[in-house]
Amino acid sequence: MNQQEWPLWEVFIRSKQGLDHKHVGSLHAADAAMAMQNARDVYTRRLEGVSIWVVESKHIHASNPDEAAEFFDPAADKVYRHPTFYDVPDSIKHM
Amino acid sequence: MSATQPEQSTATAAQGASPLFPFVLQLADTSLILAHRLSEWCGHGPVLEQDLALANISLDLLGEARSYYQYAAELEGKGRTEDDLAYLRSAVEYRNPLLVEQPNGDFAHTIVRQFLFDNFHYQLLKGLKDGPDARLASIAEKSLKEAAYHLKWSSEWIIRLGDGTDESRKRLDKAIATLWRFAGELTTPTATESQLQELGLVPDYVALWPAIQAHTAHVLAEATVPEPPAPVAQLGGKTGRHSEHLGYLLAELQYLQRTYPGLTW
Repeated sequence: MNQQEWPLWEVFIRSKQGLDHKHVGSLHAADAAMAMQNARDVYTRRLEGVSIWVVESKHIHASNPDEAAEFFDPAADKVYRHPTFYDVPDSIKHM
Repeated sequence: MSATQPEQSTATAAQGASPLFPFVLQLADTSLILAHRLSEWCGHGPVLEQDLALANISLDLLGEARSYYQYAAELEGKGRTEDDLAYLRSAVEYRNPLLVEQPNGDFAHTIVRQFLFDNFHYQLLKGLKDGPDARLASIAEKSLKEAAYHLKWSSEWIIRLGDGTDESRKRLDKAIATLWRFAGELTTPTATESQLQELGLVPDYVALWPAIQAHTAHVLAEATVPEPPAPVAQLGGKTGRHSEHLGYLLAELQYLQRTYPGLTW
C-alpha cells in the first residue's frame, strides 16, 4: 500500500425496484469493497436506495466540452429523427 | 468464561421489580455509553466517509439504548422515565461492561473496541431474538440488522489495519494489547445474568462463545494478526465497579439534565 490519497469513486443508487441507477455523487475509498460500504454510509442513510453501484472515477470517460458543438449541435435541426410524424392509435397508452 | 462475577447484591436487586430489570438496564447502559464514545468522533473522523460511518453506528446504538431504557422503566414500575435512567444515575449505578467506556484512543483503538463489542453484540441479539420475552425479542430483531452491519464494518477495518501499512499494523497491535483484556467481561455472566440464564430469559453465553471465537479467528487470520493469548478478563463494569473514564464521560453526557433539571428541547 502507499501513502497516497484513496482514489475517487462515483456512486449510483437505484431508489426503488424498476427504476434506473442514478448518479448521486462521489467519495474516496481504498477499494471496491470499501467504496460500497462508504456509499452505504454516505448516500443511503435516509432510505434513498435499494441498490448501489460504485465505479472508480478513472474508468469513466467523458465527452470533451470543447467538442460540444460538433458533438451535439447537429442534432438540433433534425426534427425528422423524432418519431412524431404519424398518428398513434387511441388504444396505445403511455406513448 | 464460566466463572461467575461477584456482585454487590444491594445495588442491583431492585425490590419488587421484574427480574429482567437489571439486565435490560445493563443492555441500555452498554449501548448508550458506546454510542456516546462514538459520538465523540463526530467531526474528528479520519476521513469524511468514516466520520459518517461512526456517527451512523453511534445513532443506531442510541436508538437501541432508548428502546431498552423505555422497557426498563416499565419493568421497574416506579415512575422513572428513560431520561431519568440515562441522565440521573451515577457512575456506580451504571452497569455497562468496562470495554465500552474505554476512551476512543486512535482509530485503531476505536476499531478494536468496536469489533470486540460487535462480535458479542451480534450473537447476543441473535439469542435474544429467539428468546421468550416478546419485548426483548422485538428490540433484538430490529437491532440485529444494524449490528450485522456494524460487525461487517469493524471486521473489515481490523483486516485493513492488520494487513495494511506498517503504521496501521503497529497501531492495531497496540490497540489489541490494550483492549483485548476487556472482552472477557462480555461473556462472563454476573450473578444476575446467571439467574436469568437459568430461567431461560437470557442466552447462555457459553453457547454463544463458539460463534464469537470462530469469527474472531477468521478475521484475525485475514488480517494476518496472530491470535492474542487469552488475557485474564478485566471484570467490574457490569457490577458497578468502573474505571475512572466513566465518571468523566457521564459528567459530559449528563451535564444539561444535572444543571437544568427537566430541561427539554
